[in-house]
Amino acid sequence: MIEERFDAIVIGAGPSGNAAAYTMAKNGLKVLQLERGEYPGSKNVQGAILYANALEKLIPDFREDAPLERHIIEQRLWTMDDTSYVGMHYRSEDFNEERPNRYTIIRAQFDKWFSRKVREAGVLLLCETTVKELLRDSHGKVMGVKTDRDGGMVFADIVVMAEGVNGLVGQRSGLRSELKPESVALAVKEMHFLPRETIESRFNLKGNEGTVIEAMGTITAGMTGTGFLYTNQESISVGIGCLVSDFAERGMTPYGLLEAFKNHPSIKPMLANSECKEYAAHLIPEGGYKSIPELFGDGWIVVGDAGQFVNAVHREGSNLAMTTGRIAGETIVWLKRRRDEFSKANLMEYKRRLEATFVMKDLKKYKKIPEFLHNNKQVFGLYPKLFNAAAQTWFRVDGADKRTKEKEILQSFRKGRSLPGLIGDAFKLARAWR
Amino acid sequence: MTNLVEIAAAGVKVEEKLYHNRYLVDAGRPHIKVRPHEVPSKQLLSLTYTCPAGCYSQNDKGQVEITVDGCFECGTCRIVTAKTGEVIWDYPRGGYGVLFKFG
Repeated sequence: MIEERFDAIVIGAGPSGNAAAYTMAKNGLKVLQLERGEYPGSKNVQGAILYANALEKLIPDFREDAPLERHIIEQRLWTMDDTSYVGMHYRSEDFNEERPNRYTIIRAQFDKWFSRKVREAGVLLLCETTVKELLRDSHGKVMGVKTDRDGGMVFADIVVMAEGVNGLVGQRSGLRSELKPESVALAVKEMHFLPRETIESRFNLKGNEGTVIEAMGTITAGMTGTGFLYTNQESISVGIGCLVSDFAERGMTPYGLLEAFKNHPSIKPMLANSECKEYAAHLIPEGGYKSIPELFGDGWIVVGDAGQFVNAVHREGSNLAMTTGRIAGETIVWLKRRRDEFSKANLMEYKRRLEATFVMKDLKKYKKIPEFLHNNKQVFGLYPKLFNAAAQTWFRVDGADKRTKEKEILQSFRKGRSLPGLIGDAFKLARAWR
Repeated sequence: MTNLVEIAAAGVKVEEKLYHNRYLVDAGRPHIKVRPHEVPSKQLLSLTYTCPAGCYSQNDKGQVEITVDGCFECGTCRIVTAKTGEVIWDYPRGGYGVLFKFG
């Protein structure tokens, strides 16, 4: 398909692939990027929240022309039962700053913009091109890829695998194993359109201020998962996700679960009279540190979701993708300048650099959390019910004295989970968290 | 066990959601296939409700069939049946399949 040889081939034009390609091209490397979709973003789904810090490190002035929706001034964390929620809200005028910290974005639009920057940096992008497998030399070193185009072999000194959560190329080339149903979440999402004034009045916002809600509780019907609702300029992204293993065992449809979430009395008024224009689904790697596969070898390196770089607790992924992509790109540039080979031993530098960033530090910190959440379903069902019932007992004025109410609340917890159970859960969570 | 969420979730039609979406269907070249079988495994059967696009259904003989037209290429069916090997999964050819307008 293309006769010339490249310094690097990047598989995928999502946040990690774009970060890697951009970094390498800006430093003079000849880069080919392959994307299976019709345009970058056409296969990608995210909530979506953009964390400015990771992008600023690549494109410091991205705010000038990136398609950003709203900068987030309010974060709501809800624990819900069937009729109520108990919420922790944080809203601050300090988030109305010159260089806001977090934005809501629409991925298909954002990815197109990011890709334009990548191409302006000199990367050759080929869309509608699916990579089938890696090509290796007689020593097993990766020397290029085979695509589904006619005569579709292309060659490079290194292949950056930014192929996303499914990571089929890596799997088929024996670099990593199949994803496990209990360490990957299936999320479904809808885009609901409303006039911007309606969104601003419903969420008490002005200008481009935005609110995001993360929710857990009976909304996932006992499964490990969370729901979300994010405000965009003229739309609301609403979605819910649970572990694939839970969906398979529970017997509920993801779209039914989403519909139930949308019809929850606390969510429904926010979406009233909106027009749905898209329904989407995607997997999220949620296994954390323990699920990270081999990240590099002779002639190849893995970035983004394909490397399981998602912090499920903090709902961060695209920033880990951009950071791992950038650091992989920087490592490749560094080795190239030293005229070092892209051998497994030399690429160890990638891991060393990653270890020094928040990416590996955070994933290590929470390495026991995925297992905790998978094995302690009471976090998603029983406790939200208890918290909401306690709040109702506490706030309802019905002639009962306050001491009696306190007793009732304490008893509900002891009855619901038993004292050893409560202590055990607190202990397990504390151990997994630290 | 039934609860309010289950009641609200029951009977939701995925077709009413999928018509909002854009696809470029590779007619006659389905990227996912179900291997011929007599009786589906528990895992394969679960795809009739786990698939977010509702691509899987049971025929009169109880066998599980797939129509890939609404597929999101998410990979759920491949992961759920990885151990039984009943699903042959690939990406569509470059450019084909789902085209997210918003993502």
